[in-house]
Amino acid sequence: MSDTTSPVFRRPTASGWLQAWLPRLVLAPSVAIILFFVYGFMLWTFVLSLTSSRMLPSYDFVGFGQYARLMANDRWWVASTNLMIFGALFVLICLVLGAVLAILLDQKIRQEGALRTIYLYPMALSFIVTGVVWKWLLNPQLGIQAMVRSWGFESFRFDWIVDPNMAIYTLVIAAVWQASGFVMALFLAGLRGIDDSIIKAAQLDGASLARIYWRVVMPCLRPVVFSAVMILSHIAIKSFDLVVALTGGGPGYATDLPATFMYTHAFNRAQIGLGSASAMLMLGGVLAILIPYLYSELRSRKHG
Amino acid sequence: MAALDIEQVRKEFGRERVLKDVSLSIESGQFLILVGPSGCGKSTLMNAIAGLEPVTSGRILIDGEDVTHRTPAERDIAMVFQSYALYPSMTVRQNISFGLEMRKVPKAEREQAVERVADLLQISHLLKRKPAQLSGGQRQRVAMGRALAREPKVYLFDEPLSNLDAKLRVDMRTEIKKLHQRLGTTIVYVTHDQVEAMTLADKIAVMRDGHILQLGSPDEVYNNPVDMFVAGFMGSPSMNFIKATLEGGKGACQLRIATPEEADLVLPWPSARGADELAERAGQTVILGLRPEHFSEEDERLTSQAEGTLLTACVSVVEPTGADILLRLPLGQGEVTARVGPKCAITAGERLALRVDMDRAVLFDADSEHRIA
Amino acid sequence: MANVIRRRGIKARVGRGVLYAVLITAALFYALPLIVMLMTSFKPLSEITAGSLLSLPQDPTLAPWAKAWGEACTGMRCEGVGGYFWNSFAIVIPAVLISTAIGALNGYALTKWRFKGSELVFALMLFGCFIPFQVVLLPMAQTLGWLGLSSSRSGLVLVHVVFGIAFTTLFFRNFYVGIPDELVSAAKLDGAGFFRIFWRILLPVSAPIIVVSIIWQFTQIWNDFLFGVAFSGHSTQPVTVALNNLVNTSTGVSEYNVNMAAAMIAALPTLLVYVLAGKYFVRGLTAGSVKG
Repeated sequence: MSDTTSPVFRRPTASGWLQAWLPRLVLAPSVAIILFFVYGFMLWTFVLSLTSSRMLPSYDFVGFGQYARLMANDRWWVASTNLMIFGALFVLICLVLGAVLAILLDQKIRQEGALRTIYLYPMALSFIVTGVVWKWLLNPQLGIQAMVRSWGFESFRFDWIVDPNMAIYTLVIAAVWQASGFVMALFLAGLRGIDDSIIKAAQLDGASLARIYWRVVMPCLRPVVFSAVMILSHIAIKSFDLVVALTGGGPGYATDLPATFMYTHAFNRAQIGLGSASAMLMLGGVLAILIPYLYSELRSRKHG
Repeated sequence: MAALDIEQVRKEFGRERVLKDVSLSIESGQFLILVGPSGCGKSTLMNAIAGLEPVTSGRILIDGEDVTHRTPAERDIAMVFQSYALYPSMTVRQNISFGLEMRKVPKAEREQAVERVADLLQISHLLKRKPAQLSGGQRQRVAMGRALAREPKVYLFDEPLSNLDAKLRVDMRTEIKKLHQRLGTTIVYVTHDQVEAMTLADKIAVMRDGHILQLGSPDEVYNNPVDMFVAGFMGSPSMNFIKATLEGGKGACQLRIATPEEADLVLPWPSARGADELAERAGQTVILGLRPEHFSEEDERLTSQAEGTLLTACVSVVEPTGADILLRLPLGQGEVTARVGPKCAITAGERLALRVDMDRAVLFDADSEHRIA
Repeated sequence: MANVIRRRGIKARVGRGVLYAVLITAALFYALPLIVMLMTSFKPLSEITAGSLLSLPQDPTLAPWAKAWGEACTGMRCEGVGGYFWNSFAIVIPAVLISTAIGALNGYALTKWRFKGSELVFALMLFGCFIPFQVVLLPMAQTLGWLGLSSSRSGLVLVHVVFGIAFTTLFFRNFYVGIPDELVSAAKLDGAGFFRIFWRILLPVSAPIIVVSIIWQFTQIWNDFLFGVAFSGHSTQPVTVALNNLVNTSTGVSEYNVNMAAAMIAALPTLLVYVLAGKYFVRGLTAGSVKG
């Protein structure tokens, strides 16, 4: 208050200064943590991927040698191909199943709440639990195959989990079981958000129900589809626990995914350099999906 | 209560200049209204006074003290928000006393202040409720109560009535006026409702594009607008603008208004109103500004204003408002609105003779849109 | 949307029947694994090898649960998953509380005290939600070693807090964006400062998002396997890691009933949370993916 007579007083008061800087001070630890543990570690892993590190990190640089080794590694290609198959099927089936269930649930269904709860609960489980359960269900001697055979269909075969060519599809089944309810919830929220009057207008125009959904409702849900695809592909790329619990990557390494490949090489096989290179490639894959997503997300936030 | 001075305040968001050297000052106890279209900078100016947004340059003084770089809390200002901004988790009583609590006023005094304000605004029965349990009008009162409890130096009102329905708005307007007369507080009040501006203000500042176009009493702003924007913004229905050509020489000016089908309409300009200066502009195109009430039915005022200029036109639309009747009729290139008494028995399509009160008419330069007479 | 169907002819009734049939079939697909898991966990081993998946336990027993909890072998040790179950709680509770508290403050600072660069800060944090964690595993292992936190529960708490902040910040930011700025302006004029506005004005209205954040973090951290397997020691494993070890420990005959009981034990806390607070669980899942 003493400075009030001086018209040249320009600096903020002490408490003004504090007010301006407190928010930044509060955020600073988190920013430091994120910078170090996310961005710093990404860089660190990149550096490791350029070295010949095996058991322990060494800083003997070999350029992109590890990447070259990776490209020549048969197991990496199996893992990558598996990811393509697994990812594509997982995303597609989840989308279709989720959309269908959401549309059906949206028809004034009795007990909708109970059904929704049942569809969604697997999402609350750990992928390890999911893996353990499905491993048991898919076990040819004791699971679904045995059950159907005991009903009299002696020639029924459902032994994908021990078949190197089919085992990858068991991952799809278990993952779809776990995540499709979530997609259903996304679609249902989207459907509930659509303005009723649009549907009424379309009805007055004489469109059939199927047509209304296909031509009027689905286009409104484009953002939901977009989000769902992003989230599901992200889950697919990160899938690690499910593989470990359900197939252990086997038979052989038939169901390896990049995530398990990375873990096995970095932690069990003393191939830190190679593991790091594979982690960087995974990051690249996520970025390819993520950047358009974040871009649109942040842009629409600004306009909204 | 305190005087408020704003000196050359400038506010920039990046390259966008929202306030461009705004200066104004009001005396202690005055009621200042900021009006203008949305985006004119009136809310930004309000936030700058409150200290919620820093200014790029310039000074803000309250009671002669420079508060430009003080925090909102240090300025001793209270504000009533358009959305009321009542703290949802607190009762009405807590809402009103929160500011006092923050200023470490002893509990007994706080209670006293709450009682005083609640009495004043007749909200004593609401003190235990949460904001969610109040109607719009009640919330508005609580918001005002919160501001009044602290007895700050300056009150800011940011479109406080715009969320109320029409009747309540008129009631609250009267009540705010009464409060101001009774308490003699310094108030800065933002609105886009020009009726509110006219009825409440000691001074009106009309803003546009970050400038104050005119600062004056309601009467000045209404009857002596500085330019076409101010003239058109104040008053409802708004002022009619008619393109005309200025003719004549010293002492006897007239306005020729081209009319598409009929003969040109010629309106003589009252010689007492600066006809000499206007003579220099002879031949120029000007804009004649006529408010709807500058027209009157021919028979009504025949005796009292016989010298008023007469015109006849075919009425195209008749809009009775109850208190009076609004007529739309062609004049010059376009249509104008005229306000006549409620007894005028005219129907659309009929011809009507109207008098024009040229003593109150205004003239603008057609290019600069500034007032010339 | 729903009142589209009005006609009530025979055709419509058949349609309705098919609709319910499809929905119930789907419900079975989702529910059966849990039912089978539960039933199996109450069967003696003999009944499993002889009987069918879907047959009810003839001779229900709690023995598999007791064994899973206290005796089953997880790798070298044979102490069941009970201890690891409590391990998980010891990791989850501090990690959830700390990350939620930090997220709340961050979200508040980012929305109500915007400053130059605050959007960039948020974008930087948001990105942390999405990276594949494989990319931080090796440096993390080394850093935990330097900090003396290798194979410790505190180390896991740290890891979960670090990678949880991005999510909790996102939750709180999106919630606080919807709270009018005028509330904060009013409180500033009333003389309240940064922390007081948070404590007195924002926090009292944050209950829903706090619940969302706690539930989300609880489920995420409880269900985590990657960090658990990479950074825990024998005695500090979370229950998911112990469960995986139990199932994959090949000593003699696989005891499927014990496996299922152990899986149920690992699943119960999150299932319980889901049943009790399903609404908030869904909100957490959809936060940031559906706007509005």
